[in-house]
Amino acid sequence: MAALKIKKGSSSHSAYDLRDSHSQIESSHTLAVIVDNEAGVLARVIGLFSGRGYNIDSLTVAEVDHKGHKSRITVVTRGTESVIDQIKAQLGRIVPVHEVKDLTVEGSPVERELALIKVSGTGDKRIEALRLAEIFRANVVDSTLESFVFEITGTPEKIDAFADLMRPLGLAEVARTGVAALSRGV
Amino acid sequence: MARQMTGAKMVVQALKDQGVDTIFGYPGGAVLPIYDEIFQQNDIHHILVRHEQAAVHMAEGYARSTGKPGVVLVTSGPGATNAVTGLTDALMDSIPLVVFTGQVPTFMVGTDGFQEADTVGITRPCTKHNWLVKDTDKLSETIHQAFHVATSGRPGPVLIDMPKDVQFATGTYTPPKAARTDNYQPQVKGDLEAITQLVELIEQAERPVFYTGGGVINSGPAASQLLRELVDATGFPITSTLMGLGAYPASGKSWLGMLGMHGLYEANLAMHGCDLMINLGARFDDRITGRIPDFSPRSTKVHVDIDASSINKIIPVELPILGDIGHVLEDVLKVWKARGRKVNKAGLEKWWKKIDEWRAVNCLAYTNSEKTIKPQYALQRLEELTKGMDRYITTEVGQHQMWAAQFLGFEDPNRWMTSGGLGTMGYGFPASIGVQIAHPDALVINVAGEASWLMNMQEMGTASQFRTPVKQFILNNERLGMVRQWQELLHGERYSQSWSESLPDFVKLAESFGWKGIQVSDPAELDDAIMEMINYDGPVLFDCLVEKHENCFPMIPSGKPHNEMLLAADADAFKEGATLV
Repeated sequence: MAALKIKKGSSSHSAYDLRDSHSQIESSHTLAVIVDNEAGVLARVIGLFSGRGYNIDSLTVAEVDHKGHKSRITVVTRGTESVIDQIKAQLGRIVPVHEVKDLTVEGSPVERELALIKVSGTGDKRIEALRLAEIFRANVVDSTLESFVFEITGTPEKIDAFADLMRPLGLAEVARTGVAALSRGV
Repeated sequence: MARQMTGAKMVVQALKDQGVDTIFGYPGGAVLPIYDEIFQQNDIHHILVRHEQAAVHMAEGYARSTGKPGVVLVTSGPGATNAVTGLTDALMDSIPLVVFTGQVPTFMVGTDGFQEADTVGITRPCTKHNWLVKDTDKLSETIHQAFHVATSGRPGPVLIDMPKDVQFATGTYTPPKAARTDNYQPQVKGDLEAITQLVELIEQAERPVFYTGGGVINSGPAASQLLRELVDATGFPITSTLMGLGAYPASGKSWLGMLGMHGLYEANLAMHGCDLMINLGARFDDRITGRIPDFSPRSTKVHVDIDASSINKIIPVELPILGDIGHVLEDVLKVWKARGRKVNKAGLEKWWKKIDEWRAVNCLAYTNSEKTIKPQYALQRLEELTKGMDRYITTEVGQHQMWAAQFLGFEDPNRWMTSGGLGTMGYGFPASIGVQIAHPDALVINVAGEASWLMNMQEMGTASQFRTPVKQFILNNERLGMVRQWQELLHGERYSQSWSESLPDFVKLAESFGWKGIQVSDPAELDDAIMEMINYDGPVLFDCLVEKHENCFPMIPSGKPHNEMLLAADADAFKEGATLV
């Protein structure tokens, strides 16, 4: 109980402990959140992430059970194990949330994303874009003499790779849906 | 028995069916149809407040002193936004409230109409759940669901936003039993295997401690009863957070006093040195843990909580038990008794010896004075003169709040109402009115500082109107005492904006509202003045002029562990160290 020696520049005299106790390794998790499709439910989920300082890398949402008015929110987030556990617990206590599944913990899930990618150009670049699209199994869904719109489906990494290749060939615009994911097996 | 009625009538009918006898509110354009219905009935008593924030705090006081949900009715726009502080306060301290707000008609929503605010948007993060009801047919079911959500699991405030056209329109009334509540059913029974593990730990522990919180009180009177039985049967020491005071009686032999930043030396050192920590309904708040890596470093930690997100949020625990405290304690006692009521007697004996050494430090000691009233002395006298009475205490926020927690003893749950999580100055006065409304014959005292008290002083009119004989026990140091203390200890004694300038004459202020005003500054006159306050049949504003520069000890500076507490005697040395910064 000797007098406390506070060092110069220390934050220990602050009203809060300013040291971050969560400075460990972060990993990415894909969560599936089953919710009642009622007004404001998405705002509740997003508000939780922003209000508590969690990350959202990808977010998709749509009603998957029209009769039961249930929506599935797929959210890809990053954090340490304890933060991921906290995110799941916080999601779980939102009243219209029925279930929170951590697809990453259940085993590497099937993840797919759809993207529309517009590439403008003429000549060799245009031909090269079309050739690469074939390799990536991207479909042409719109075409003018100076542009293509490709539709591509795959993992986020595959879409990243395709977009990167298109960049020098005249990448004009990208629209992505975000990840939809299911666990493997039954 | 489908009954047709207007939305406004449904609100009143649903409140009656939910057993509500009192609501706190303030009328306005968007809730006029409901006020018209209130006018035409006598079952529900409406308390007219002077500011919507106070309505919510009154409902909190009502809820915490009765265990029933508090109900609030306010108008759209400013009525709703004024309620936000109270909602946040109730969310942080897990108080069940059902708040009704009016809204502009559905066809005007989104047009920036007069007194329109996005109430569900604004209150989404400060309610447990909220609803915007756009269809009169759904209104009554939503109200019943709201009461269910507010009071089930971890309690909290909920809000129902009702556009004015929904209140006017006619629809079908759904009685409470027909309302769907099965989609929200939090788990109350704890896992029996985990409970058996807890019993094994109880049997072996050499240096155990119970660390209890507001969850015990929220669980209901049975939980407090079971806690007393378990603590007394095991002989384990028990400490509590600010929110949990009264769950175990202060006169109990195992009571260590409150823990935390301004908690007792013996309580904090027991937490630091224990080998088994049993957390019952507390949440490892930062005012409790101090520096996290040094928090109780050698203990096995057990956490019983009804909210899964409270477990492992701050402090990782070895044994989590999800469930309601009352249910879990019942099972713990059953299993422990069935296995032969074993404890480690030799270990416990040594542990208590150690605790007695810490107790001997007498951490609440202060230097009394014959000239000025020390705030600690004022509370000691208040305790002495009101002990044993049918007494309820509320507080504002600051030094006086910590001193009240240190020097007043609580023998029963639901007798202590204070703003813990949010730390809302201005909470205590309206809360005391809410408590008094629920307990008309009890002695209700708000221990206050003059600065906090002024934040909701407009409620003097409410107290006069509804004849609530609340006692406002103001420890007046003409300072923002806690801010001043931090500035003295940690900011080089630069007292930036921390004094109360231009204070009113509290006695004249009291008289102007038809209250009694008492001012006292001489320690020799204190007892008589307190007795005069207690015996007066009406509201009293008690202006107790106290020592202006008293500091609240013990104190754990933030970022420090429990075993580096600061006692009154160390303060000067600490100050010298801190001015280096």
